[in-house]
Amino acid sequence: MTDIATRATRVVESSVGRHRRSNGGGPRAGTVAAFLTPFFLPFVLFYLVPVGYALWQSFRVVRRTGGQYGTSYTTFGGFEQYVEVLQNSEFWASIGRIGLFGIVQVPVMLFVALIMALLLDTPLLRLKSFFRITAFMPYAVPGVIAAIMWSYLYSPQLSPVVDLLKGIGLEPDFLGPGAVLWSAANVSTWLWTGYNMLIMYSALQSIPQELYEAARIDGASNWTIAWWIKVPIIAPSIVLTTVFSIIGTLQLYAEPAVLRQISSNISSTFTPNMLAYAVASGNNYQQAAAISVIIAVITFVLSFGFMRLTSKKAGL
Amino acid sequence: MSNQPVTSESRVSRTAVMALMSLLAIYFLLPVYFLIVAATKPQGDLASTNGLAFSHFNLFENLRVLFTRSDGIFGRWAVNTVIYAVLGAAVGTLISALCGYALAKFRFRGREFLFSVILGGVLVPTTALALPLFLLFSATGLVNTYLAVFLPSIVSPFGVYLARIFANAAVPQELIESARLDGAGEFRTFFSVAFKLMTPALVTIFLFQFVAIWNNFFLPMVMLQKESLFPITLGLYQWNGQTARAPLLQQSVITGSLVSIVPVIIVFILLQRFWRSGLAAGSLK
Repeated sequence: MTDIATRATRVVESSVGRHRRSNGGGPRAGTVAAFLTPFFLPFVLFYLVPVGYALWQSFRVVRRTGGQYGTSYTTFGGFEQYVEVLQNSEFWASIGRIGLFGIVQVPVMLFVALIMALLLDTPLLRLKSFFRITAFMPYAVPGVIAAIMWSYLYSPQLSPVVDLLKGIGLEPDFLGPGAVLWSAANVSTWLWTGYNMLIMYSALQSIPQELYEAARIDGASNWTIAWWIKVPIIAPSIVLTTVFSIIGTLQLYAEPAVLRQISSNISSTFTPNMLAYAVASGNNYQQAAAISVIIAVITFVLSFGFMRLTSKKAGL
Repeated sequence: MSNQPVTSESRVSRTAVMALMSLLAIYFLLPVYFLIVAATKPQGDLASTNGLAFSHFNLFENLRVLFTRSDGIFGRWAVNTVIYAVLGAAVGTLISALCGYALAKFRFRGREFLFSVILGGVLVPTTALALPLFLLFSATGLVNTYLAVFLPSIVSPFGVYLARIFANAAVPQELIESARLDGAGEFRTFFSVAFKLMTPALVTIFLFQFVAIWNNFFLPMVMLQKESLFPITLGLYQWNGQTARAPLLQQSVITGSLVSIVPVIIVFILLQRFWRSGLAAGSLK
């Protein structure tokens, strides 16, 4: 079958075919729907409906007729749940912890990931695939299991790390009131550094080598090339990893929940999501919905805000 | 410029780079190494011996205890995990591929609108969905069933986003046209032509969705009370919470953690190249 022949028949037949079809070249509407429905049906039922339901619920309150023991009924309460959440000191404490966690953990993790990606991209390093694989490997470990593994390394009875540090005269308390937040942050850093590194590294790999030639001829060092050429080019990937990390931080649940099993310094309302779960466990689903909506809104605002901010700065 | 200072400088930076990367590699390997060592020890040695050195080799006994504890519930959790994460990701990949392909290759009204709704879905935190889903599912009697975890897990807006990018890149429009001219229906064209071309991309989508389900702890935690329906993560979490009362469980938590991550790590390393193509596409914007 020659190329020209197929092309010719295609041209002829597609002009015939066009009369057959109603919407100019594409398949019939029923066929399009058959491709889209298997995704959109569950997407609507298990994504959009719950979002709508949470919104609706967050505007409702439970009231009782005739005092404490009267029959309860739910009714429209306006912003009552939101006001209650925003006046709840536990809510602000959980936001404060997550904020502190995010301000320190996200930049530290992304900085390490960026350095690793840049080093993997230089000719200076040997054993590249070994380093790439070891860094990425934690991504295969679910948060719960990662937290269990690290909790053994934090535990004063079992940890070889604690033993080592004691050997050099330190008295580490990874589960103490001041340290436990950073112990949780370390689990997240361990889990996600390699993933973020790989995103940045993939972006670095797609830069054509010729770009560096000119700089090299001008005598630029590897570091100059890294900071002044490579980093600006992969800026979109760095933004992307930042946004993903912000979203991840706001959703934090599994890691602190596991550490809570061995440390009394993590309360049941340690993160906003833990607070939402605790409130829902107390059967106040309306307020839990309000917390979920607030977390989602903060996620949106921060993600979009960060993307806008960086794209303006870079003049994109 | 003489050659001498350049090479000595590069030898210094070479060593510095190697040292830094080796330190980081130790950091990433340490917890896994600890887990391997701990899984081979009898319970009694956990606290009394150095955590980084092997002692009495007791791995097979630990495995036997793990798999026979509570009538073999751990095996049940492993099967459940396969159902939720492997089967769920397979179904999810198929429906994402169909949808992404249609969004890439068919022209129809409302296409861009649908795509932006899906993109909005990428940003919705899945944990925010779990509690309202719980209420909806308890109204319909789905709570505490396989479907309660399985059905929400098959939906991956990010998968559709990737499928659309990959379909655009991997399936030439001319091939679709000529299949149509040969009289193939749209589904036949998809399964016989596009599916093959998109296979590497579909593996990537599958892997991403597998990890998302494997990692999603909040959903099964909210939905399931019956132990026999738990995935491994929830089961180990529950055991871990009981170790204060039943210290012997500790060894099973450790062995169970190792048993559940080793196969996944091996598969990940074997399928490395698929990650990189997916991550590259994700960072394209």
